Amino acid sequence: MATQVKAVALISGGLDSMLAAKVVMEQGVHVEGVNFFTGFCVEGHTHAIRKRRGAKPKRNNALWVAEQLGVKLHIIDVVEEYKKVLLQPKHGYGQHLNPCLDCKIFMVNKALAWGFMQDGGFDFIITGEVIGQRPKSQRKATMPVIARESGAEDRLLRPLCALNLEPTLPEREGWVRRDELFGFEGRSRKPQMELAKRFGFTEWSQPAGGCCFLTDAQYSRKLTDLWRAHGHRNYELDDIMLLKVGRHIRPAPHFKLIVSREEGENRYLEGYRKRFTTLKSISHEGPLCLVDGQPGPGDIALAARVVARYGQGRNAPVVTVAAEEADGRRRELRVAPLTPPEIPVAWHV
Amino acid sequence: MSEAAEVLDVRGLLCPLPVIRAQDRIAGLVPGALLDVLATDPGTLQDVPAWCRVHGHQLVETQSCGGEIRIRIKVQ
Repeated sequence: MATQVKAVALISGGLDSMLAAKVVMEQGVHVEGVNFFTGFCVEGHTHAIRKRRGAKPKRNNALWVAEQLGVKLHIIDVVEEYKKVLLQPKHGYGQHLNPCLDCKIFMVNKALAWGFMQDGGFDFIITGEVIGQRPKSQRKATMPVIARESGAEDRLLRPLCALNLEPTLPEREGWVRRDELFGFEGRSRKPQMELAKRFGFTEWSQPAGGCCFLTDAQYSRKLTDLWRAHGHRNYELDDIMLLKVGRHIRPAPHFKLIVSREEGENRYLEGYRKRFTTLKSISHEGPLCLVDGQPGPGDIALAARVVARYGQGRNAPVVTVAAEEADGRRRELRVAPLTPPEIPVAWHV
Repeated sequence: MSEAAEVLDVRGLLCPLPVIRAQDRIAGLVPGALLDVLATDPGTLQDVPAWCRVHGHQLVETQSCGGEIRIRIKVQ
């Protein structure tokens, strides 16, 4: 009996990786998916934090894709290991703080290592890369770089653009038929749409800014500000999670306010009460605010005025704001809310 | 939920971390074992069952009360 050929597919939750896995599954290969949690993933957290809009409950798209494909999906926590990728990217950053090429190399390498560790091992890796699809990481010149530096070498198969590349080991060994792979190239999504239709897929996720916060200009600005304020570029998971939540207002270099924008964010920030000084209007409905940094006594009064500006008492002459230290000590401040012109644009991170 | 089950407390964690922690715990359990996942992120109500479906584990019961979620999984 022939040995079952097995492949690990990188599943992001988007269309390309879904199609790539499907193309290989159609050839009788056993496929299992891996999905990496870096801490910067748009998937999951943000949607959980922000209040649900609309009737449709939020789903994890990578899991949803796995269900559509009928494959197992292994979600792997790489938060710690990913720090090196972000902080020391050999190939540099893209438009913002996105180390896309290093990230892809890292993920293919992790997928390869994961596959080797499984019982019986896996034979090759599948990605949904398409030459020319992304300006930094998905170019013809970067394809061999990813294969080489990830250690996957010719065990890395890109089913959607394989015809534009040299045959890989799975093709040469006959594990997959090259003439049933594709030669997609460029930024057009039309070939993917047509293939999706052919497979009967009618729905897929299309995150506007990709699946990573590091490609987002505003998020990258907040991360740069965090590093500047901390005096170093290291970070913990909570640091980068909090950058996804609320308005970030820095009235002075030594402290920053994180003001929730809605109920979901309020709930999320509640979980940090024992680690930060918090502010909340008690005379009027208003947001919860975390005070990050080393504020002085006068700073808390200013912060209370900022918080009052974002609550229902914004037009009231006086708002009472409760300030609670991380150790539970509590006091009340009666403050006049700042007016919008009194909050300089430069304070908004 | 009267049978003895292992308990995984992931309260305060946001998805996908509860899923990852459940996945890692289940990797060390034998078929037939029960795992109760205690969570607070409403996303777990979608994601843990979805993960169970793709891995073939049985979702025995879910309870959600006062912001606390308990999901019982039977390892297959």
